[in-house]
Amino acid sequence: MEHLADLSRIALTDEEITRMQGELNVIADAIDEVQKVATDDVQPTANPIPLEAYLRPDVPEKPLTQEEALSGGPVTDQGMFVAPQILGE
Amino acid sequence: MSTTNNELVKLTASQMAEKIRSKEVSSRELTQAELDVIDAAEPQLHAFLHVSADEALAQADAFDKKLAAGETDGMPELAGVPIAIKDMIVTKGIPTTAASKILEGWVPPYDATVIEKIKAAGMPILGKTNLDEFAQGSSTEHSAFGNTYNPWDKQRVPGGSGGGSAAAVSSYEAPLALGTDTGGSIRQPASFTGSVGVKPTYGGVSRYGAIAMASSLDQIGPCARTVLDAALLHEVIGGNDRRDSTSIPEPMPPVVAAAREGLKRDLKGVRVGLIKEISGNGEGFQPGVAKRFDEAVKLLESMGATVTEVSLPHLSYSLGAYYIIMPSEVSSNLARYDGMRYGLRVMPPADVPQTAANMMAYTREAGFGDEVKRRIILGTYALSAGYYDAWYGSAQKVRTLVIEDFAKAFEQVDVLASPTAPTTAFKFGEKTDDPLAMYLGDVTTIPANLAGVPAISVPCGVDDETHMPVGFQFFAPQKRDDAMYKPAAALEAALEETWGGNILTKMATPWLAD
Amino acid sequence: MAEKLMKFSEAVKKYDPVIGLETHVELCTNTKLFCPAHVEFGGEPNTQLTPVSLGLPGSLPVVNATAVDFAIKLGLALHGKINEWSQVARKNYFYPDMPRDYQISQYDKPTNGEGYLDVELDDGSIFRVPIERAHIEDDAGKNTHVGGADGRIEGADHSLCDYNRAGVPLIEIVTKPITGVGARASEIAGAYMRTLRDIVKALGISHARMEQGNMRADVNVSLRPTPDDPLGTRSETKNVNSFRGIEKTVTYEIRRQAAILDEGGEILQETRHWDEASQTTAGGRLKTDADDYRYFPDPDLVMLHITPEHIERIKAQMPEMPRERRNRLQTEWGLTDDAMRDIVNAGALDLIEDTVKAGATAQGARKWWLGEISRAANEQEKSLDDMPITPADVAQVEKLIADGKLNDKLAKKTVLGVLAGEGTPAEVVKKHGYEVVQDTGALEAEVDKALAANPDIVEKLKSGNMKPMGAIIGAVMKATRGQADAKAVSGLVMKKIKG
Repeated sequence: MEHLADLSRIALTDEEITRMQGELNVIADAIDEVQKVATDDVQPTANPIPLEAYLRPDVPEKPLTQEEALSGGPVTDQGMFVAPQILGE
Repeated sequence: MSTTNNELVKLTASQMAEKIRSKEVSSRELTQAELDVIDAAEPQLHAFLHVSADEALAQADAFDKKLAAGETDGMPELAGVPIAIKDMIVTKGIPTTAASKILEGWVPPYDATVIEKIKAAGMPILGKTNLDEFAQGSSTEHSAFGNTYNPWDKQRVPGGSGGGSAAAVSSYEAPLALGTDTGGSIRQPASFTGSVGVKPTYGGVSRYGAIAMASSLDQIGPCARTVLDAALLHEVIGGNDRRDSTSIPEPMPPVVAAAREGLKRDLKGVRVGLIKEISGNGEGFQPGVAKRFDEAVKLLESMGATVTEVSLPHLSYSLGAYYIIMPSEVSSNLARYDGMRYGLRVMPPADVPQTAANMMAYTREAGFGDEVKRRIILGTYALSAGYYDAWYGSAQKVRTLVIEDFAKAFEQVDVLASPTAPTTAFKFGEKTDDPLAMYLGDVTTIPANLAGVPAISVPCGVDDETHMPVGFQFFAPQKRDDAMYKPAAALEAALEETWGGNILTKMATPWLAD
Repeated sequence: MAEKLMKFSEAVKKYDPVIGLETHVELCTNTKLFCPAHVEFGGEPNTQLTPVSLGLPGSLPVVNATAVDFAIKLGLALHGKINEWSQVARKNYFYPDMPRDYQISQYDKPTNGEGYLDVELDDGSIFRVPIERAHIEDDAGKNTHVGGADGRIEGADHSLCDYNRAGVPLIEIVTKPITGVGARASEIAGAYMRTLRDIVKALGISHARMEQGNMRADVNVSLRPTPDDPLGTRSETKNVNSFRGIEKTVTYEIRRQAAILDEGGEILQETRHWDEASQTTAGGRLKTDADDYRYFPDPDLVMLHITPEHIERIKAQMPEMPRERRNRLQTEWGLTDDAMRDIVNAGALDLIEDTVKAGATAQGARKWWLGEISRAANEQEKSLDDMPITPADVAQVEKLIADGKLNDKLAKKTVLGVLAGEGTPAEVVKKHGYEVVQDTGALEAEVDKALAANPDIVEKLKSGNMKPMGAIIGAVMKATRGQADAKAVSGLVMKKIKG
């Protein structure tokens, strides 16, 4: 559970970890049944409508202004988004 | 005698559009009338997270000017009719939150493709409607900004995730609304509130600008009070969009023509298949729902439809597949809410290193609600090394089987049918503590999302015990959305005749002052 | 702490090195891989973004057609299989420079399958490097680290993020384990990278400037006791961005790993970093389950279909490949293998070809570019491309020589003048009055003076001993301040003594 929380980047509390562990077990049991029919001869489907990729012409379009790009940023400086220190002390 | 505001807002969208075209009423007058209802009803219903009155009136004025200048040729039939937008769809300059604290205060710098189309159609945007956080839930109880109340009974949920759009439409706060449907989020609330909701074919309406929940299941669709209104809105928002790689390149099927055809109530030659696995008499199905459903089936037969029972054997696995695919995609789609570029940022407590990674983790812990966190963790698990094949891989295979089931069924029938939901609207708190019970309620709606087929929910009466509306669901083959509009409109017309008007006339509307 | 190293020659005697290279090549498309934001080097921060490349909620990716064309071109050049159906997948991990906190890449269904690249080594032999696959993916933004020493991430207080680079298309080319390299491991790694650089440049799919990060490689090295043993545990040195760095990384890792194995130690599977300053690789991060990227097909994108017709269309646009071109030019110019290799190694191939196109002989062009200009470039630590002289300039100098207007000495002075920024060859000649003395009368007078001053030499010349001719020419040159044509002078002398 801690590993999943870390992979998901969520600082779950101990109480949440305990509770979710229980809930996940119940849900996991309920959905485990999919394995019964998922035999080797069945092809997986990622997208319900069979389509092939549309290829976009390589032509620039008007970008966001810097002001628009930064408008939602919680912390910005000198036209850039501020990240806290990436490596710990 | 001039039309009163109450009479005006109770018109269908198509009737409103007609009055606008004939200049009996202006878009501004209509928009103002809706804003007045919103003012009066919101304290009781809380369908909206944000009301954009100024923008709506400005859009209405701009349209009225165009109409006066005779510049509205080629605009859609619904031109000038106001609309509410689920707060899962991005609107430039109007706050968009997905009902999550993590996006609180975000004002997007761009419009979704459907919003561009709505604006081009001269349809004023009344505001943004409430939902379960990131559309994850079936009751709108998981909104970070409070519940929406069912207009039929304020003890009960309006359904979800699109409870706000359904409540706004059924309470006359708006004639139309947009929703998003990932596992039933348009159809189940429509069923719970006595309104009409459509999930188009996957790829039939552009997802560009719809905040992603589960990309391979999400679809934007119309919420309305009549089948024809839904079709008219469907036609405004549908069609190919080069900004969405999953958008269907072919032209849209003629949904409006099909709805109009259905209003003639002639279903001779229409083959309806009742889906054996979810048609009403099984476990978890409320008896009152099954009763109304059976009566509606008889009405279809009386109009000339051939009704048979059809089995989709893999449907029983679809819930499991859905609850693997959906959270997997959620876990990845919601990664971007990390406190860097928009929305909330929460720094870790002082005793924890003040790093970017910890900032992200504390932001996400504080910004996401329980249900969202649960699904992210579940999805991360399903995709993680060692589990991918057993879970995600298997679920994608089940998806293939469900698609094949539908394809086979549609060799025998033109449309499939089931109740939209196993129950009528439940009471607040009834299912929040039991995620599994909440998930089971989606068993009737999920198959359409997994298979990418279109589906519509139309009201088919009121449960005798709960006195809450019941929804009837039609499914059509992929890219044949028109096929379901015809029987849906016919059923609606036949039922309205027995009721002496729209089902919503059965609902008390204390917020509409006389 | 300095790590123990074994002598290289001993290491490759005791162990069989196996290398592998994962090269990221930044493609030079107009717009990003998944959105129509213009791509440009430099530019104000966060001004080359659409909602897609900023990762705004609701935005969706759409594949750039040119990027796909480029992948096909590379596939053809690497003799690779181009998969008719390929799939784009999400690689999930959190990092502040990642707008969506997942990278859009390819996993089990890449655009390009197996192929190979023939690499020419210093001795002219060809080594075939097997290619495993190549796939397209998008780049991340750029962090500037603030508050630490020299902008380094270590000790920084915070970072500033510019997402302009986010979404720029990359192709990652992955070799199979390259075996049988022995003592030539680093040479092969370097030659592979140079050859790949030449190919992507010739294809016009990348600017391929290592110093701007257009190309960078992850270098894998492992050792095993003998070629019959299974592959050893490998280290992965990330983001090495110079040819020398790649070669040195291979050498260093072989020496380091050999020292560890020799003491009975175990190689850790880890990512390392090449440190240019200390000329060593430094230990980074151990591979752990934190590297669980949870790849899955990107549900926002559908299968890429590359039809045989599409491949045929690209095939028709394929330029001549560098090795074919070299062979052709070598024949045209009549050069030996060695002479040709010198040109290639000096990075002078394009320059000489252009000089020839501008009218010079291959021999003349080669003489200047590998001579005077190379010398000056070495002194200034610049590449030939960056020197302030053009192929047209060199061709002009050659023409002046052919016309008899400049002799070798003056020509050299002229070239140096151009390199010093004094202008075109014509301008330099004019400025300094460089010109061969054309007036035969004046020249004859100087020859007479020189002969009169050296009667002993005249005697020797008359007796058929031509050795002292140089002394006479030298004297005339001195008198004319170098502006005489040596050939004309010796002709006059011969006429005098025979006359």
